[in-house]
Amino acid sequence: MAERGASGSGSSGDSLDKSITLPPDEIFRNLENAKRFAIDIGGSLTKLAYYSTVQHKVARVRSFDYSGKDAEQDHEPPYEISVQEEVTARLHFVKFENTYIEACLDFIKDHLVNTETKVIQATGGGAYKFKDLIEEKLRLRVDKEDVMTCLIKGCNFVLKNIPHEAFVYQKDSDPEFKFQTNHPNIFPYLLVNIGSGVSIVKVETEDRFEWIGGSSIGGGTFWGLGALLTKTKKFDELLHLASKGQHANVDMLVQDVYGGAHQTLGLSGNLIASSFGKSATADREFSKEDMAKSLLHMISNDIGQLACLYAKLHCLDRVYFGGFFIRGHPVTMRTITYSINFFSKGEVQALFLRHEGYLGAIGAFLKGAEQDNPNQYSWGENYAGSSGLMSSSPELCPTQRARSGTFDLLEMDRLERPLVNLPLLLDPSSYVPDTVDLTDDALARKYWLTCFEEALDGVVKRAVASQPGSVDAAERAEKFRQKYWSKLQTLRHQPFAYGTLTVRSLLDTREHCLNEFNFPDPYSKVKQKENGVALKCFPRVIRCLDALGWEERQLALVKGLLAGNVFDWGAKAVSDVLESDPQFGFEEAKMKLQERPWLVDSYSKWLQRLKGPPHKCALIFADNSGIDVILGVFPFVRELLSRGTEVILACNSGPALNDVTYCESLIVAERIAAMDPVVHRLDKGLAVLVRERGADLVVIEGMGRAVHTNYYAALRCESLKLAVIKNSWLAERLGGRLFSVIFKYEVPAE
Amino acid sequence: MGAGRLGMATERHGRAADASASSAGEPAPGGPGGRRRELLRRRASSASEPPVGASAEGVRRSRPGSYSGAPSVSRQRVESLRKKRQLFPWFGLDIGGTLVKLVYFEPKDITAEEEEEEVESLKSIRKYLTSNVAYGSTGIRDVHLELKDLTLCGRKGNLHFIRFPTHDMPAFIQMGRDKNFSSLHTVFCATGGGAYKFEQDFLTIGDLQLCKLDELDCLVKGILYIDSVGFNGRSQCYYFENPADAEKCQKLPFDLKNPYPLLLVNIGSGVSILAVYSKDNYKRVTGTSLGGGTFFGLCCLLTGCTTFEEALEMASRGDSTKVDKLVRDIYGGDYERFGLPGWAVASSFGNMMSKEKREAVSKEDLARAMLITITNNIGSIARMCALNENINQVVFVGNFLRINTIAMRLLAYALDYWSKGQLKALFSEHEGYFGAVGALLELLKIP
Repeated sequence: MAERGASGSGSSGDSLDKSITLPPDEIFRNLENAKRFAIDIGGSLTKLAYYSTVQHKVARVRSFDYSGKDAEQDHEPPYEISVQEEVTARLHFVKFENTYIEACLDFIKDHLVNTETKVIQATGGGAYKFKDLIEEKLRLRVDKEDVMTCLIKGCNFVLKNIPHEAFVYQKDSDPEFKFQTNHPNIFPYLLVNIGSGVSIVKVETEDRFEWIGGSSIGGGTFWGLGALLTKTKKFDELLHLASKGQHANVDMLVQDVYGGAHQTLGLSGNLIASSFGKSATADREFSKEDMAKSLLHMISNDIGQLACLYAKLHCLDRVYFGGFFIRGHPVTMRTITYSINFFSKGEVQALFLRHEGYLGAIGAFLKGAEQDNPNQYSWGENYAGSSGLMSSSPELCPTQRARSGTFDLLEMDRLERPLVNLPLLLDPSSYVPDTVDLTDDALARKYWLTCFEEALDGVVKRAVASQPGSVDAAERAEKFRQKYWSKLQTLRHQPFAYGTLTVRSLLDTREHCLNEFNFPDPYSKVKQKENGVALKCFPRVIRCLDALGWEERQLALVKGLLAGNVFDWGAKAVSDVLESDPQFGFEEAKMKLQERPWLVDSYSKWLQRLKGPPHKCALIFADNSGIDVILGVFPFVRELLSRGTEVILACNSGPALNDVTYCESLIVAERIAAMDPVVHRLDKGLAVLVRERGADLVVIEGMGRAVHTNYYAALRCESLKLAVIKNSWLAERLGGRLFSVIFKYEVPAE
Repeated sequence: MGAGRLGMATERHGRAADASASSAGEPAPGGPGGRRRELLRRRASSASEPPVGASAEGVRRSRPGSYSGAPSVSRQRVESLRKKRQLFPWFGLDIGGTLVKLVYFEPKDITAEEEEEEVESLKSIRKYLTSNVAYGSTGIRDVHLELKDLTLCGRKGNLHFIRFPTHDMPAFIQMGRDKNFSSLHTVFCATGGGAYKFEQDFLTIGDLQLCKLDELDCLVKGILYIDSVGFNGRSQCYYFENPADAEKCQKLPFDLKNPYPLLLVNIGSGVSILAVYSKDNYKRVTGTSLGGGTFFGLCCLLTGCTTFEEALEMASRGDSTKVDKLVRDIYGGDYERFGLPGWAVASSFGNMMSKEKREAVSKEDLARAMLITITNNIGSIARMCALNENINQVVFVGNFLRINTIAMRLLAYALDYWSKGQLKALFSEHEGYFGAVGALLELLKIP
């Protein structure tokens, strides 16, 4: 990032700093295509939102036209790959100090080219103050939007779209953030916004909310009264003072009133009987730190108590806190959480939001974009373009004090289709896909971060190789390396930066970074080659299987599924083998497999089930391209089909490592159907299909889908989770060895 | 209320025996113009107190609580016992975080015979307490609250209300020692946190065993009792009509004939909120540490004032709107989206975020804002509790309300306004003394 002006933190800067050098397009990205703006100007921070489109490359696969050609010709890839430009929608949010506002507006004006925008939605207390400046600089009309409406719209938006948006604060845990899995139904909830005063709003639906109460004792009281008491002018400095103080010097505690007897009475002596009760004397001096701490406790406790009273009255147990008093300050999150726990006796949960600071800007943006109906889409946080949550505790992070002088970013991509839960989940509201929470599990975190670091060189190499015709591939790949490396380092120090850290989120972050530098599918070539090879082997594999007796065949099919799953470029143990031994094939993979009994082995139960009536419809989540899907999954599919079971094959919509993508699966299925009359194809939204066809068997294959995630997922129907553990660390953790087999067949309880 | 039942351990009464003969004669303090004793003074040293008679030695011989020895019982005391009546003096003590509240029953129906038999120390206590309105530099008798011609346990007399700061408790205990309280072998019923905190001091310094009582029990008992006896023919309970209007505001008596359910908000240094459903059925709903101690403590820090009275006096002359940020300061008027009136405080002390405004406010403005902040907050919490408990009459008591019409009117107005007339704020003349009264009732075993 380019240089940026140093600045005091937190205070409302009345004088505009014009001399700073703005960080260039690193901050205001994609401005050239920006078409809709919103701005939220608070007491000290400005949040700018805009909608833009991003052009980026996508890898497409396309069947050759086989007419008049011999499709089975050797050395010919099964399909062609083309890289195309695709335009997708992205929401950009930038947060900076009010002191930079003029410089930022100038920058935006200079870079805004293609916009037809005439209006900017503005919210926040400062919107009025800066109205003229914005209109003059951007030549856009300022439309003022109601602060609370924007806040709530923004809150609904992040709660719906960002997994792990909300967290509880646990002061003595490591890390101190505990993220919540998004409940499919976010309503109703209580939003307590602690700005200069406190607003308590009950949110019942997307558009229905009600101000149910408030309090005048809020952030302004802390700041105003704190400034009077300590002569400290800045909010952040007051918090800093408070974090060093001892409130018991100022407050009258229960033990001060009861003496030592509080213990025998079962009272906690440290409870505050009277805030500032000890300061009612003229002959004592009190330290600034102690007074600030006492004030912080007084205000936090009061807000927590009122929030609990309102929550109780309205029968709500989730309370989200926002506003500048909270804004990621561990000190205030800690005292508020304590208060809520104390007053509700644990019945109400104090929740905080990772993107709390952006709620107003998001809401204002959504207000202005209503005709585009952004709420009908699903949006996903782009890990590559977002800054992530930083701990702003001065003790935890000494460099933090400069943070408010920096720019903070959030980017969200519009997803191709809304994400919904699989209808077959037993309890969608309690579904947590990820098996291990790396935020909690420090040992696993360390291992996986190192693992991803070590794999980075290989990914970079693969990325360059995937675009042989590109002149700048090496340069972009290097940028990718730096970006992903720095993300990994951030996560080492702040595992909570993007919500719960999981193997899945590490993979997602890598995909986002690859896409950022236009490597849409680094494994496209590898997959193409492997699909070609596997397709050629398919008829032989089928012939062999068909020659077996029924019971033998069932085991061979399952072994095939497992052996196919060995071919995974994402697993370091395997990619080493594949790199060094190009001849390594399906049969070699079978040899690597663990002998039965497997690490998790319910094969006998599965075989018994197969002797019974056929399943109505099986939903299979396939893993890798090539041998895995073609020689492992398809023969299995074929067997099910011949039993009279319908099969839905579900694949990734976009590329991830060498996972088979939806597009590739279509081509593969088409090619197999051409060879084998048993296979047909269907193309429809998965959830709809699953419901229509009454799926009663779910097969989940591969480490990523069946071990790192979903291992504990309970389904309403029978399920088969199988994987080969291609990672010795994980195998050891699970009590097995490299290439141990997981074969988990489950039947839901009646 | 008739005579109470007697449930005290007889030993205690019994031990009073020979004390009557040996108690020291404490010279009664002079009249208003006479010699004022430093009864309740900070860091009172015994040197400043007239020495207690030598007989004190003999009196403290058997201290309450150690029930050893076979005490001989005087006739008079036996008489009193037979009548199932607690021995004089009758005190109720409530030792709070800031103030000690003491109620004293002065019997007015003492017969000549009784008078003659009355021990000197008892007499001297009575004279001392009833003939003064101030004790030492900080002890005060709230003469205007005195309940006259009260019948308690078959005795007629006046109930006196006395208060002094808790930090003078050591001086009080010292006085008890000097005045030979232990020789009276009286039971000292005390409530409040200080009953625990100072229990050991009472014992070791004053040779007095405290009978510690639950403060909420006492509070509830006290308020119900005092309401039932009225205020010298007037109503104990009152409310404000047109509280927001300086001209039309009227304090009117309220007949608490249907007291239950009742939300009881006791504002001392901190605040306790109780839901009272019947005489014996109540619960503590919640409490807050933002109470009278917070108002006074912060006023001391912000204005340099030294007494509660001074703080209130300053507040009465200040303008809180210079300190607080009102809804209209932010929205230019009412915030209609949320139905908030422009005059409502949006942020207490919110204007003090600005340096210019900090420099423009007076101490009086700050004191006023502090008063408004604390009072509004208590009102707000009380209102929420009333809603949660489904109670619509709220009685505010506690010494924060003493001579504090601003706070009372504000509570009355805020409760009425925010509840749209559903809640009624009630007040009681004896504000902060209910705990002490409750302790006295416990002493007399009045149910």
